[in-house]
Amino acid sequence: MTTGARAGGTASILEARDLEVLLGGRQRFLGTAVPPVRAVAGVSLTLAAGETLGLVGESGCGKTTLGRVLLGIQRESAGEVLLDGRIVSGMDRADARKSRNAIQYVHQDAGAALDPWWSIGGILDEGLRVHGLGDAVARHERIDRMLGAVGLDASFRLRYVHELSGGQLRRVALARILLLEPRIVILDEPTSGLDLSVQATVLRLIQDLKARLGLTYLLISHDLSVVQRICDRVAIMYLGRIVEIGPAAQVFAAPRHPYTRTLLAAAPRLVPGHEMPGANLIIGDPPSARHLPPGCAFHPRCAFGESKCTEAVPRLEAAGAVHEVACRRWRAIDVVPVSI
Amino acid sequence: MLVLKKFAKDKPAVLGAFIVLIVVVVAIFAPLLAPYPGDAAASHLLLRLKPPSAAHPFGTDNLGRDILSRVILGSRGALAIALLVVGTAMLIGVPLGLIAGYSRGWLSETNMRITDVFLAVPQLILALAIAQLMGPSLQSAMLALTLTYWPFFTRIVYAEARRLSASLFIDALQCIGAGTTRILFLHVLPNCISPVIVRATIGMGFTILVAAVLGFLGMGATPPDPDWGLAISESRQYLPEAWWFSTFPGLAIFLTVLGFNLLGDGLRDIVDPRLRRSR
Repeated sequence: MTTGARAGGTASILEARDLEVLLGGRQRFLGTAVPPVRAVAGVSLTLAAGETLGLVGESGCGKTTLGRVLLGIQRESAGEVLLDGRIVSGMDRADARKSRNAIQYVHQDAGAALDPWWSIGGILDEGLRVHGLGDAVARHERIDRMLGAVGLDASFRLRYVHELSGGQLRRVALARILLLEPRIVILDEPTSGLDLSVQATVLRLIQDLKARLGLTYLLISHDLSVVQRICDRVAIMYLGRIVEIGPAAQVFAAPRHPYTRTLLAAAPRLVPGHEMPGANLIIGDPPSARHLPPGCAFHPRCAFGESKCTEAVPRLEAAGAVHEVACRRWRAIDVVPVSI
Repeated sequence: MLVLKKFAKDKPAVLGAFIVLIVVVVAIFAPLLAPYPGDAAASHLLLRLKPPSAAHPFGTDNLGRDILSRVILGSRGALAIALLVVGTAMLIGVPLGLIAGYSRGWLSETNMRITDVFLAVPQLILALAIAQLMGPSLQSAMLALTLTYWPFFTRIVYAEARRLSASLFIDALQCIGAGTTRILFLHVLPNCISPVIVRATIGMGFTILVAAVLGFLGMGATPPDPDWGLAISESRQYLPEAWWFSTFPGLAIFLTVLGFNLLGDGLRDIVDPRLRRSR
């Protein structure tokens, strides 16, 4: 397990300020208006150079949307994105994406994210062509080197997507993105759909590449064991907001937000009898993003909720040197160590 | 090659490919293969309506022309119409479908509504109307067939492109910053070309059939062209005595259309990217 606070003192390379994303919502001709959904609501986040930040939350909590907005492929409705201190938001999609070439995104389903008609060599070459990197000989050499770096070899050039296994596809997807020489890589569920032994090798590869190429990762996942294993810091999202953010070791050992506690308690473990007392009290399904409860969005499901929780949306407040939590009752909740 | 192996197992498809191959070879070498190449235009009234014999295996027609020669020479016209009509229809329909499928909003909507309008025009009626306007000729028949056939390609490509534009690998390409032209022609097009090829193959047979109908109605090829449909039309008044006059051109139409349809059905079964193999 990697420990560590916010990579000590290093400047942030990516920063999000009060990001807000409204999805859908349109007025059809002569139809009833469909209100938009607030997929991301006022998220502020910094990513320090060289760190791995985990973004954790239930399905539909907006973590993938947040990743895509940071990437620039999805437009933000409000807020700013800063890359190296420069504002790179507020432009149209093509310009936003171009200004953020240093950020690249690895899709969740590697098999579906590669064109079935193209050979692996062609797929890898294409990214370089699009970015105008090198002539044919140089590209060829770089692809061979990158295939080696992700644990494949040059013979994979001629293969097709359907001929590869899940783990191999993950490696190809990583190779394609890393060929573009990004500094920040957004990894969306890098291990979903892989069996445990393959997961372990892919995770090792991800960490190895980070060290070798000096990358910064934003890792989107709902698999807590993966996050705990490779992340320096963790941000917990619930219905479009970050409810807790802090060093992974601290968040996992002493979760402050009731939602984090329920998430950790819900994680399956192999040792019986290690449940966190009083934390498995999550009630019902997450509410619809169209009709958010007033105040703290988590209060209807919260074991510690009270009537005052409905009054205002709690803001992130410091609960430690680098640990922030958005819950007005966090002091009232006992810190219970958990093990995953 | 896995594709060829799978195709070889599909007997009807192989038969279809065989027929199409023969028709193409016959069309290319028609003047060399026809026993009386001059019979495209010449007439020999003394040899009128002779039944099949060694000298004239398919018999002779009402002007004493060798029917075998005319069937062979007619294959050229039939194939040329099919190729030109389907080719032009693809050139119009495929790019429109790609654009309509990949774009959103007014561009896509306008495109598809225009396509729907053309799709609603009945092929034969338009062909007859154009033949009335321009005078019956092969050109007017081809124009009418093209004008009514391209919407089919637009529809197919539109549906495929729409499906593909929502797929993850297109999203991934947008994420690495690939341009629209690159995505459309190098990724969307190859992935939706299979149903287009299938449709084109079946469309060839269909076009030959409709061209024959137009010839039969006197709205397509004009005498003395060795057109199959025209020949059947001319033979009507000599039935049933001169059965060979209509039978052999009819068989030619039947076999050619059958060949293209069998081939098209066979292609439909094998167009699957999973059959692509590196080894």
